[in-house]
Amino acid sequence: MTARIGVVTFPGSLDDRDTQRAIRLAGAEPVALWHKDKDLHQVDAVVLCGGFSYGDYLRAGAIARFSPVMEPLIEQAKAGLPVLGICNGFQILTEAHLLPGAMLGNDHLHFICKDQKLRVENAGTLWTSDYEQGQEISIPLKNMDGRYVADQYTLDKLEAEGRVAFRYIARGEAADGYGNPNGSLRDIAGITNEAGNVVGLMPHPEHAVEPLIGTGRTDGLPFFTSILKKLVNA
Amino acid sequence: MSRTPLDTVEHAAATPDVELPWAELGLKKDEYERVVEILGRRPTGAELAMYSVMWSEHCSYKSSKVHLRQFGEKAPQSDAMLVGIGENAGVVDVGQGYAVTFKVESHNHPSYVEPYQGAATGVGGIVRDIIAMGARPVAVVDPLRFGAADHPDTKRVLPGVVAGIGGYGNCLGLPNIGGEVVFDACYQGNPLVNAGAIGVMRHEDIHLAKASGAGNKVILYGARTGGDGIGGASILASETFDDAKPSKRPAVQVGDPFQEKLLIECTLEAFKEKLVVGIQDLGAAGLSCATSELASNGSGGMRVTLDDVPLRDSTLSPEEILMSESQERMCAVVEPGKVDRFLEICDKWDVIATVIGEVTDGDRLEIYWHGGKIVDVDPRTVAHEGPVYERPYARPSWQDTLQADDANKLPRPQSSEELKDQVLKLVGSPNQASKKWITSQYDHFVQGNTVLAQPEDSGMIRIDEKTGLGVAIATDGNGRYAKLDPYAGAQLALAEAYRNVATTGAKPLAVSDCLNFGSPEDPAVMWQFAEAVRGLADACLQLGTPVTGGNVSLYNQTGEAAIHPTPVVAVLGVIDDVARRTPVAFQEEGQLLYLLGDTREEFGGSAWSQVIHDHLGGLPPKVDLERERLLAEILISASRDGMIDSAHDLSDGGLIQAVVESALLGGKGARLVVPDGLDAFTLLFSESAGRAVVAVPRSEEVRFNDMCGARDLPATRIGVVDGETVELQGEFELSLEELRTAHEETIPALLA
Repeated sequence: MTARIGVVTFPGSLDDRDTQRAIRLAGAEPVALWHKDKDLHQVDAVVLCGGFSYGDYLRAGAIARFSPVMEPLIEQAKAGLPVLGICNGFQILTEAHLLPGAMLGNDHLHFICKDQKLRVENAGTLWTSDYEQGQEISIPLKNMDGRYVADQYTLDKLEAEGRVAFRYIARGEAADGYGNPNGSLRDIAGITNEAGNVVGLMPHPEHAVEPLIGTGRTDGLPFFTSILKKLVNA
Repeated sequence: MSRTPLDTVEHAAATPDVELPWAELGLKKDEYERVVEILGRRPTGAELAMYSVMWSEHCSYKSSKVHLRQFGEKAPQSDAMLVGIGENAGVVDVGQGYAVTFKVESHNHPSYVEPYQGAATGVGGIVRDIIAMGARPVAVVDPLRFGAADHPDTKRVLPGVVAGIGGYGNCLGLPNIGGEVVFDACYQGNPLVNAGAIGVMRHEDIHLAKASGAGNKVILYGARTGGDGIGGASILASETFDDAKPSKRPAVQVGDPFQEKLLIECTLEAFKEKLVVGIQDLGAAGLSCATSELASNGSGGMRVTLDDVPLRDSTLSPEEILMSESQERMCAVVEPGKVDRFLEICDKWDVIATVIGEVTDGDRLEIYWHGGKIVDVDPRTVAHEGPVYERPYARPSWQDTLQADDANKLPRPQSSEELKDQVLKLVGSPNQASKKWITSQYDHFVQGNTVLAQPEDSGMIRIDEKTGLGVAIATDGNGRYAKLDPYAGAQLALAEAYRNVATTGAKPLAVSDCLNFGSPEDPAVMWQFAEAVRGLADACLQLGTPVTGGNVSLYNQTGEAAIHPTPVVAVLGVIDDVARRTPVAFQEEGQLLYLLGDTREEFGGSAWSQVIHDHLGGLPPKVDLERERLLAEILISASRDGMIDSAHDLSDGGLIQAVVESALLGGKGARLVVPDGLDAFTLLFSESAGRAVVAVPRSEEVRFNDMCGARDLPATRIGVVDGETVELQGEFELSLEELRTAHEETIPALLA
């Protein structure tokens, strides 16, 4: 048996088909979910993918958060449904208060597209268990509003509870993938909720799943194999 | 409140003496008289609006048409061509049942007036052309030219253009995989913002812009129509800028990529369900263009009720509605029984769709407003039978002087130290420097099929996941070469794009071009144009790559000063399996570097002459198209058979530029030796065409040499991939760090 993993398409979603491909390459079955449909169709997990849902009008993720599909999603995520938010999906998760904090415009005020080095800070979530704790990976980053911010208390709490899932590796030259690419506080690239079922990050693991495509690395595939193993073995 | 009576067809016939502002709308006196003659009466205001935009240079190609015919007349026999010139974009067969459509267009004038929106809507327009053919857009490319890199206005125009291209293309989910960025003082005040796009479809999905079948409905869908871009086509694109006139800022359209993304998805869904008989996007000249072209390409006439057009601004006059260039709109012709389903799909994507008319069995285009008929024309006279000019042209008197000013006689470096300094200056000059600061603002990864993207020689996209079938595209143009000799310059642009495609392992198939020139009213410019078109058509015939479509941008000039003639050529290629692609970066130490082709003392128009001597004169490199074809065949075979691990075409900047780029991208140095018969200076900086440098694994050396020998392609061993420096034996050694600093810090220092 395999797992059915839903991918929500909002108006303006861009990486929905890429995410479905990544799920398929990992061996799971992708299920297309539609933003106007208030039904998750019994999927075992959901990915909110990247893009510019609703044109980023008002604020990235702010409108998508109120789409009909989000109602069952928020409810079930709180009950343990595995949810991964990538880029715009991460923004939607913070807008929906499934994850704390928010994303502001990049400190350099430009869109940035590059291969980015990250450190896996928490390999204990449902989406990261195929990584080693502390593993350094390289996956594409591409966004306009990627600067993670939260208040001091929240940041300290995230750190204390081990909920910083990914950090930009700040050492070295920004040119070769190192460095904090957008001014995110404490170099945070991604976080998890307390239960470890909801994970969000700005870089795009679904763009690093085939050796020939994009940066030529497959460092993003373990996201999808991690969740598949958890679901199949559950 | 008094109201002027509606200028209906009846009213126009009854009031022949009413003066209309034809000159303000960009028509010449004889053109206006021709409209009167065609109609047998004075035009209504709405008719005048339509004729004026459709007969503008931008829409009618009235100055260029007589020359462009050569692309058809001299077209090579090609089995690959499915749809040729005249449609929204050409379509090429790439095998396995797939067809690819691609096109390059200009958005030069708007991008100077309003860099962000001008560039953004340029992307939007070319992408709609691709959708209109029935294809899913899969990639964009952007050939750009700006004034001097250190000119203050470049810092206004370039960042805005780049942000506009990124802002629009990134939001559409289209990877940006190629293009160029060139600086030259000749583009000051006339930046060239060309945009290209590629789309993929199955053969059976090809759609055309025609309205057939009486009773079929005409549906306008997408954004509401507003006051933006009114008169853009006729006024902005057909006159040069003049500081004395009032600002034309409001004439530039404003784009909304989110709306366009919805338009893409809902159009593709409608295509999938076979709901569409004919389709046309609304670009330059808006509804005037879409209705007249759909009607004149089809078998019948068309009746449109303008009151039904959804408006953003309810005060718009019918003339303004017809001329509006509001973005993100399309027009589809749909059978009555399928209209409901079509509207349902639009509703699913939250796209506004309205039936605004129907196809009739007559041959007239009739448009109604408030119950009155305000347009009654033969659509062909609007869309296809505009004026055609045989503009006078003459070889400029200064051409001989320019060519006599031989760059080969410029002082050359006298010592190893000077040679080394010039290498650093060259690779760090704005034109040769890394454009990463620019390209990192574009998404290369979206859609998950990008095999190669800038700074590779060509962008490459996988189109079939199972078989690995892919397409490659490269755009090139060198205004300096074309200024020295427009005939050869256009051929060199084609040769370079063709070579770039082959260097990555793909077989060149077809061409699209964007011809950027000064004012056609200047006989010298017209001569440059005529020569460039003749050169390109001749070269396309010889290389077997037909022109499938493109665009002409004239009036790129300020006062008397025209830009360099700048034909930009895009070549599309196909590769059976993208796993065989050849990258630019050096892959492994110890691999042998071979220079393919002949190196002559050719410095006319070269980057070296520009960077070191600020000189432009002499003749451009010699064109040898048979050699280009042979080189391409060797590069493709070597890639297919695994004989080379990296390859880079040689063009502006010559061999040293290519080697430095391959070294920096691969993080591996090179040791070079000057081969017999050449001197160090010529080896490094000559820009002889028909050349590439390849890295051959030692195990393949014999096989590779045998292949080149059997085919008579000169292959000269010039060194080896090795170490952390680029070294020319006996002359100099430069560390990769030193080169990286020179190559990568120039552009951010100027523009960030």
